[in-house]
Amino acid sequence: MKPPAFDYVRAHDVAHAVSLLAAHGADATPLAGGQSLMPALNFRLASPALLVDLNAIGELSACAVDDDGSLLIGATARHRHVETSSTVARGWPLLAHAMGSVAHVAIRNRGTIGGSLCHADPSAEWPALCIACEAHIELRSARGTRDVAAADFMSGLFTTVRASDELLVRVRFPRWPATRRWGFREVARRRGDFAIAGTACTVDVDAAGACTDARVVVFGVADGPVRASASEAALRGRRPDAAAIRAAAVAALTGLEPRSDAHASSAYRLELVRTLTARALGDALGVPA
Amino acid sequence: MTGPVAIVVLVNGARVEASVEPRLTLADFLRTRLRLTGTHLGCEHGICGACTILLDGQAARACLLLAVQCDGHRVTTVEGLSPPTGLSKLQACFRRHHALQCGFCTPGMVVTAHALLAESPHPTRAQIEDAISGNLCRCTGYIPIVDAIADAARDGTR
Repeated sequence: MKPPAFDYVRAHDVAHAVSLLAAHGADATPLAGGQSLMPALNFRLASPALLVDLNAIGELSACAVDDDGSLLIGATARHRHVETSSTVARGWPLLAHAMGSVAHVAIRNRGTIGGSLCHADPSAEWPALCIACEAHIELRSARGTRDVAAADFMSGLFTTVRASDELLVRVRFPRWPATRRWGFREVARRRGDFAIAGTACTVDVDAAGACTDARVVVFGVADGPVRASASEAALRGRRPDAAAIRAAAVAALTGLEPRSDAHASSAYRLELVRTLTARALGDALGVPA
Repeated sequence: MTGPVAIVVLVNGARVEASVEPRLTLADFLRTRLRLTGTHLGCEHGICGACTILLDGQAARACLLLAVQCDGHRVTTVEGLSPPTGLSKLQACFRRHHALQCGFCTPGMVVTAHALLAESPHPTRAQIEDAISGNLCRCTGYIPIVDAIADAARDGTR
């Protein structure tokens, strides 16, 4: 259980990292927090020729509000930073709250948003949170910069649309309307373990109490997070009472065919999706599930 | 292939200069090069918590860090938490409460608890349980460990 040999370069800025990725392509792997990459190296599931260490690039670790009111989280901002940031807790409380479910403190002290998104574990929280917040991901390469909607970033199991010469630089979370509600629930064998299933949601409610828009994302039950469109449609335009929440939770199962594994059967995962979606929406709307 | 890389790390307050292969983990560097064998290696993929150290004061897994990454940083191991003679208050509480049997997980537990108490000097029992949830113990049964940390958080010296 020791990593294979590799070259190592500590990139001093984004341009340096991007130039290394341009020169080495698929032979190079960016090293952010290392909380998934290092186990993969120790198991020899990964054997990159070159590790490009991003940890000395100061601008990548920033977590701050932009001029337009959106939140910009740099690729190497740690989970623990997001969890404890008062700015995040005030403006995007779903993110700060959900970090408590990401592994354990010692892992959250190192793990990063960029690493989690690029790793694209189907049971990970960050990909689901980014979709629930309609975040946008900025990728930079020697060829230029492109902006990818979070929903388009994950392309399959542990797979994203990031090309091997592209660096995930930062993630933009649009400013929340003041009336936005949110909920987050997940089930793991122990707190901090990989989620067996989970739901993240954001719900907008107008002055009359009707739901104007909702984003419901379930994770741990497919190759990547799934936006539960049928669940959202069941809420939109309705007054979200207990009956509406129950209907939306059932609708969240539409099209899902979770795998069975050692942790849970497919049927149990579906039951979790229904229950957790009802509870997350109940938390968001102040309606006991 | 890159040859050995020169690093300077502050380990338990002492400046250490070394030349390391990029693939050498911090845990192996501490154990085999510096003979700081208090940092235990269990799973080597971040699950068991036995190798927990402090990097710049924050708990981290030494098996998931490369020694080269620690160049210019401060590393504290369980050895660095003890006073020059005897035990720290936290360590003494582990002994008082029989918070160890085989002792394999103990360094990781002590380092993790030290980091918790540095951040939250008066944690609730639930906070203690949450803090050590990433450290696996296969024999003590956790209750005495939580008791020891709770005792160490009480005011007054012993």
